[in-house]
Amino acid sequence: MSDTKTPMLELRGVRKAFGDKVVLDGVDIPVARGRSLVIIGGSGQGKSVTIKIAIGLMAPDAGQVFVDGQDTALIRSAADRARHNARFGMLFQGAALFDSLTIWENVAFRLTNADKVPRKEARERAVEALARVGLPASVANLYPIELSGGMQKRAGLARAVVAQPEIIFFDEPTTGLDPINADVINNLIVEQVKRLGCTAVSITHDMASARKIGDEIAMLYNGKIVWRGPAADIDHSGNAYVDQFVHGRADGPIKIEV
Amino acid sequence: MNPVQAVGRSTLGLLRTAGSVAIFAGRGVGASLSTPWFAGQLARQVVAIGYLSLPVVGLTAVFTGAALALNIYTGGGRFNAEQIMPQIVALGITRELGPVLAALMLAGRVSAAIAAEIGAMRATEQIDALNTLSTDPFRYLVAPRLIAAVLTLPLLTAVADTIGVAGGFLVATQTLGFSGPLYVQNTWNFLTSWDIESGLIKSAVFGFIVALMGAYHGYNASGGARGVGRATTHAVVSAAILVFAADYILTSLFTAK
Repeated sequence: MSDTKTPMLELRGVRKAFGDKVVLDGVDIPVARGRSLVIIGGSGQGKSVTIKIAIGLMAPDAGQVFVDGQDTALIRSAADRARHNARFGMLFQGAALFDSLTIWENVAFRLTNADKVPRKEARERAVEALARVGLPASVANLYPIELSGGMQKRAGLARAVVAQPEIIFFDEPTTGLDPINADVINNLIVEQVKRLGCTAVSITHDMASARKIGDEIAMLYNGKIVWRGPAADIDHSGNAYVDQFVHGRADGPIKIEV
Repeated sequence: MNPVQAVGRSTLGLLRTAGSVAIFAGRGVGASLSTPWFAGQLARQVVAIGYLSLPVVGLTAVFTGAALALNIYTGGGRFNAEQIMPQIVALGITRELGPVLAALMLAGRVSAAIAAEIGAMRATEQIDALNTLSTDPFRYLVAPRLIAAVLTLPLLTAVADTIGVAGGFLVATQTLGFSGPLYVQNTWNFLTSWDIESGLIKSAVFGFIVALMGAYHGYNASGGARGVGRATTHAVVSAAILVFAADYILTSLFTAK
């Protein structure tokens, strides 16, 4: 199934509602192998739900998710699910590092727990991954609470890439960071995605981040993808929704419920 | 909404919760009884749930044993039966107060801690992170806590039994004029092994309830810090109520034999 024409990741007709609120209304998102797609959209527009459905943390009400052509709903056994999850890496919005573990144990978590890599080797690989995101070996034995927000994001990125995933998801990677740290994270994301040659899907409302890390950008509004195109075209998309969002204008077709 | 609708809605809600707890418990038991196990996590929980609860359980037991001795001595005095106080204290502690008080102390200390920790992990997406790292949260978080509580609460109860009886012994010999050797002999001759075993069996069940309620409410916490607080309260209250309910059911079963 691994031909180059098959999208590496595809959401097809995905629908999700919470009570009466329809968050995703038949969304189709194919992502080609090795491409980086950024999904933009306002708060509450279903960006996080999209990524959670894509990675299997949430089940859609309708529609399918395909990874490398395989319908993920057909994965039944725990072992197959674990193998499937091993293809993913994810950087969470708040890094989601485990408080009770040291930084190296966090970074090496998949290696030591799921892949059964010996602790010594796992630690070495974790320290290497930390170095790649600009963190010195001295942080390896610290706990997450002892790191700044930016350093936690870097450690989270190291954890996402250490097992060399095929698809990486980035959930609001620059939220809560100052502009300089945000740019550092953006650069690291671009560097790591290129190094691994993997497919990337990011969600953000930070346009600087979207421009930097995306090959393509798609905009989610009212449960549908209202525009999708190359990142370079975002400033002249000809789409009123995108223009309003990119320029941060209160006036336009996007209505904010007050 | 009319009263019938209100009762119907509450009943449905209760049944939904009971079903949800049962499914959660089934997954927890399944994860506890099959590999892979996380030995490091289990060891950490044995220390946190068992070892670190020793002081609070011990203190509760000694004071309860002492107060029980005084009460039974006073009550027994109303029909000239003060001398059976050692036997009643021993029976009350081993069959009832030891397991129940140890479980209630654990409900307050451990159930709350489990709910708060797992609830905070839910709120900060650490549970989602576990899933993405190919690690089943039931195996990593729930099973070690269930196993540790089921294993350590009977041990804590054995300690509570010993210290509780010792509390009664101290009061009896120091303030009520009982002979020490006679007190020990009366206690020893009176107690059967079933008195102790039934209490330990109860405490294993209570341990399961305490850990289950903490894990269930923490795992299903929602709504940020407020949700974690709510989960912690629900965990303690539901654990305490279920411990009492299970105590009655088990005591009925044990006394019917």
